[in-house]
Amino acid sequence: MLRKVLDKLHPTFAPGGKLEKLYPLYEALDTFLYTPGTVTKTAAHVRDGMDLKRVMVLVVAALLPCFFMAMHNTGYQANLQIAAADSVQPIDDWRAATIQSLGRGHDPGSFLDNFVLGALYFLPVYIVTMAVGGAWEVLFAMVRGHEVNEGFLVTGALFPLTLPATIPLWQVALGISFGVVIGKEIFGGTGKNFMNPALTARAFLYFAYPGFISGFNQPKPNSGVGVWVAADGVSGATALGAMATAPVDNVAPNVADITGYGWWDCFFGYIQGSMGETSVLACLLGAVILIATGVGSWKIMAGCVAGLLGMSAALWAAAGWTDNPMMYIPPWWHLVIGGFAFGAVFMATDPVSAAMTDTGRWIYGVIIGVMTVLIRVINPAYPEGIMLAILFGNVVAPLIDYGVIQANIKRRTARYAT
Amino acid sequence: MEHYLDLFLRSVFIENLALAYFLGMCTFLGVSKSVKTALGLGAAVIAVMVVTIPLNNLILQYLLKPGALTWISTSMADVDLEYLSLISFIGTIAASVQILEMTLDKYAPALYNTLGIFLPLITVNCAILGGSLFMQQRDYNFAESCVYGLGAGFGWALAICCLAGIREKLKYSDIPMGLRGLGATFMIAGLMALAFQSFGGM
Repeated sequence: MLRKVLDKLHPTFAPGGKLEKLYPLYEALDTFLYTPGTVTKTAAHVRDGMDLKRVMVLVVAALLPCFFMAMHNTGYQANLQIAAADSVQPIDDWRAATIQSLGRGHDPGSFLDNFVLGALYFLPVYIVTMAVGGAWEVLFAMVRGHEVNEGFLVTGALFPLTLPATIPLWQVALGISFGVVIGKEIFGGTGKNFMNPALTARAFLYFAYPGFISGFNQPKPNSGVGVWVAADGVSGATALGAMATAPVDNVAPNVADITGYGWWDCFFGYIQGSMGETSVLACLLGAVILIATGVGSWKIMAGCVAGLLGMSAALWAAAGWTDNPMMYIPPWWHLVIGGFAFGAVFMATDPVSAAMTDTGRWIYGVIIGVMTVLIRVINPAYPEGIMLAILFGNVVAPLIDYGVIQANIKRRTARYAT
Repeated sequence: MEHYLDLFLRSVFIENLALAYFLGMCTFLGVSKSVKTALGLGAAVIAVMVVTIPLNNLILQYLLKPGALTWISTSMADVDLEYLSLISFIGTIAASVQILEMTLDKYAPALYNTLGIFLPLITVNCAILGGSLFMQQRDYNFAESCVYGLGAGFGWALAICCLAGIREKLKYSDIPMGLRGLGATFMIAGLMALAFQSFGGM
């Protein structure tokens, strides 16, 4: 039935038709619903049901646990604070009105209460991202005559998950515009970008409006609202942010004491942080899907973990000689706090901006892991390191590939020379 | 020792001449089409920086600084020739590039041929002069300026190699007409600088 409707509409959008300009839109809907019927005409090709669209949809499926945790945990953190102290009130805006009209309260023990509050914060960000970014995508597709690509579905899904709950929506729109246009479209669209568009967008916001997004123990400007918790009067900090300012006296700082979280809290994601990045468990579920379907490279993920563990173990061993509190974070804590799991699973493995060669992927992963720890620990300005580490990885990835390929050529030449 | 390591890493990553100060842009954007030439140019820049920055440091310390000429006679203690530093630095750079070029031509003709036109081009590369001027501004001593020369040159070389790698990767991508060539390269350099921001504040 649907097929028939689409077929009937086809002439309207085909070259010469009335709505020729809108063909990319039609094409996107058509191929999203049905595998394209066009077949390669010449020579033999390997056939596979996995085209770009299915790959992208798989990534979005792998992100579902993170989506779920984003909504649940955002509400949970806010309700936890609201229930704990009288001075903390729900932010009084349309969201509070909606919650009231739905008859929900602010009980951190109630799953539905948490979920509704979280969804009211997460969904607007998500919708703005999809609307604004999608508009750019379609505009470029129409003007430049390429297809609307599902690559944006992934970018648009990753970006909101990396943002704090209280981010103003106009910043979301600005950020995703930068990410899609400057990060991707000016290089020719999906598959041609050299930096992950979602991360480019986030980095842009991070440097342009640091007060709204890093929330490094500071309340958001002009509001008295902590960035990470969607409630009035809380100046919370992420686990890494709290560690960065921890005093180093005669006692070595203990992560659990300072942040007030247990290791398992961090693993399940019941901590403050960007909406989708807190839960390691959700990221692991996503990782399983990505690896099982072959969409994400396990070499990159393993490389990231190896680099992170190695570097943090080295710094941890050397911690006694410094007064840097971040040095005292043990390697197994580094794994679960901050956005490391999310970045390593979903951002670093982006097949377009990562290294392409197998050996290169290992090197690329390790560089990201090492850089994450270095930026977290050594650089007092940025306690969260994974975003910048991956961007740096994206920049050096082509060079890594070049080195790997040249080494391979050299080895083979030597082999055949004899 | 730690001080020098810190200085080296700082000059490579944090104060990267190309991506934090945007110096040497003409060659950075112009000669970054392929990794191979970028590697050659990078090596040449490292070599020239390692030679010129310490050399300029010596000139500054023993000829130009206020009171630097006391080693000739005590009556020259109040002579201040620092206003000549810019022109002397350029002279040193031009001379040492020339000498380096002739030396390479004579003793390492293979390398000389790979570098080709880039060696003389380096004379007018502002990153090189910038390196010497930063050395003067920050009052590095001789040992520090040796390390700084190596680090600054290495950082610039790393940046141009990364840029060349990215440009090679993007060679066949469908960049909008108006942006092809230099326009897209500027954009790439900007985005690279965003990634290198990670080191700012260390």
